[in-house]
Amino acid sequence: MPRLPAPPIPKALQPKPKRPGQNGNGKASPTEVAQEAGISVVDWIDERTSLSGGIRWMLFRKVPRGVNWYYTLGSATMFAFLSQAVTGVFLAMYYRPDATGGAYESMRYIVDDAFLGQFVRGMHKWGASVMVILIFLHMGRVFFFGAYKYPREMTWIIGVVLLILTLAMSFTGYLLPFDDRAYWATIVGVNINGTAPFLGPYLSDFLRAGPEFGATTLSRFYAIHMLLLPGLIIALIGAHLYLVSKLGISAPPWLKPHEEPELDVAEV
Amino acid sequence: MPDKRKENLSKYTVDLNMPGAFEGETVTRRRFMNVSVQAMGGVAAAAFTLPALGFAIGPVFSREPFEWQIIGKPDDFQPLVYSLRVITLVPNVGEAGKSTAYVRARDPAIDTEPEDEYNHIIALTSRCSHLGCPVRWVESASRFLCPCHGGIYDFRGIRVAGPPVRPLNRFYTLIRNGYVYLGPMYSVNTELRRFSNRDPGQPVDGIGQFLYPARFSTSVLPPTGHLPMPPPGIPAG
Repeated sequence: MPRLPAPPIPKALQPKPKRPGQNGNGKASPTEVAQEAGISVVDWIDERTSLSGGIRWMLFRKVPRGVNWYYTLGSATMFAFLSQAVTGVFLAMYYRPDATGGAYESMRYIVDDAFLGQFVRGMHKWGASVMVILIFLHMGRVFFFGAYKYPREMTWIIGVVLLILTLAMSFTGYLLPFDDRAYWATIVGVNINGTAPFLGPYLSDFLRAGPEFGATTLSRFYAIHMLLLPGLIIALIGAHLYLVSKLGISAPPWLKPHEEPELDVAEV
Repeated sequence: MPDKRKENLSKYTVDLNMPGAFEGETVTRRRFMNVSVQAMGGVAAAAFTLPALGFAIGPVFSREPFEWQIIGKPDDFQPLVYSLRVITLVPNVGEAGKSTAYVRARDPAIDTEPEDEYNHIIALTSRCSHLGCPVRWVESASRFLCPCHGGIYDFRGIRVAGPPVRPLNRFYTLIRNGYVYLGPMYSVNTELRRFSNRDPGQPVDGIGQFLYPARFSTSVLPPTGHLPMPPPGIPAG
C-alpha cells in the first residue's frame, strides 16, 4: 500500500546520528538511560494510541505565505479561555453561591484574606474582558481577510456560536460577585431577555427560576456559568480547531495565487 | 433439490437480496434489530434527559405562593404624600428578596380608575417598567425618576417621558382588622386597567398584551380569609 510521505520534521528535532567512538565502552551514561526511559514511555503510549500521528497532523501543517501576527488572535482567545478556566476552577474552591449574603462574604474573603486571592480574582475578572475583546478582534480578522468563505463556513458558524457562548459566560459571571452592581445588572439583563415577544416572559422565568429574583437564581447562574457553558465551549473549541487543522488556514487576501511557469513548447 | 427458502421470498424484502427472509416478513431481521436497538438507545437517553430538562424548566410552570403582609395602619397614609415601605417579594433570601413600595391613600379627585376593595390604599412598586431599576419619588419635580435610562412617571405612576413602556406596577392592598395589608403585584396599562404581573419592558397596551402573555409563575390574589395577624406590640389603628 502506498504511504504518504511523512511530514518534514524540523532539522533541530531530527535525531543526530551516532558518531563512532562515542560511548565506546559499551556502558550507557546516566543521561542516556534517562533519555531512553523517556523515549520508551512515549513509545509505549504511542504504540497503543497512535497519538503522535495526530499531533504531527495538528502541529506540522503547511501554512500559506504571508501569514502575520493577526493570525494569532484565535490562539490568543483560546489562551484567554484557558486562563479563565484555570482561575475559575480555583475561585470555585472558595466561592459560595448563597444569595442570603454568603456569596458576597465569600467574594470578600477571596479578595481581602485569601493568599493571592485578589490576584486570581483579578485575572478572572479582567481576563473575561480580554477574552471578549480578543474574540471580537479574531472575528474581525476572519471577516476582513475573507477567511470565512468556502470551505470554511462551518468554522465560522461554530465561531459565532462560541462568541454567543462567551457573551453568555460574561452575563452569568457578572452576577456572581453579588454586590449591588451585579444584582441590578442581572435584573436589567434578565428583563432585556424578557422583551423578546411570546417566549421572552418564560425565558426570564427560566433564568430567574421564578417570577422574581429568588433563592435559586444565583445558584442557577453559577451552575450555568461553571458547568454548562464551559463544557459547551470546550467541545466547540475542539471542533473549531479540528476544522482549522483539516482545512488549513487561508492565505491573506493580498496574496496572489502562485502561477505555474508556462512550459516552453520547444522544450517539450 | 430445490431450495425452499428461495421459493418463498418475501415480496417486501426481495429487492434487498437478504438471505433468510421468508414470505410474510415486512422487514428484514437485520433492519428490525437496527431500529429496535436505536429505539432503546433513544429511550435510555430520554430517560435522563427529559427529567433533567423538566427539573431545570420546572420553575417556569410552578406558581409561587404569596402572603399578605402588613405595611401599616390606614391613618399612616395620606392622599397626596407617598410613604416608602420596605416589603418582601421573595421570603428567605435576605436583602435580595426585598423591594420598596410607594404607598398613599386613594384620592378620588386624582385616581379616576374604578374603586374596589383592593385600591383604597394605592401602592406603587419602585421597579421601573423599562428594565427594572429602582425609581425614586423626587418631590421638587413631583415625578418618579429612574436613574438608569431616564424614565419619568407622574404622581399616579403613569409614564411621562423616557423609555418605559407602561405605568409603574402596583400592589393589591386590603384594609382589614385595622391594618393595611399588601398583596401581590399587578401590571396596569395606560388606562390603569389591571393585568397579571408582567416583567419590566413588556407593554400591555394594544397588541402588547398578546405579544407578552401572562406567565404561569406569577402570584395570584391569595385568599383573604386567613390574613396574618400583626405581631403583638403593634396596636391596631
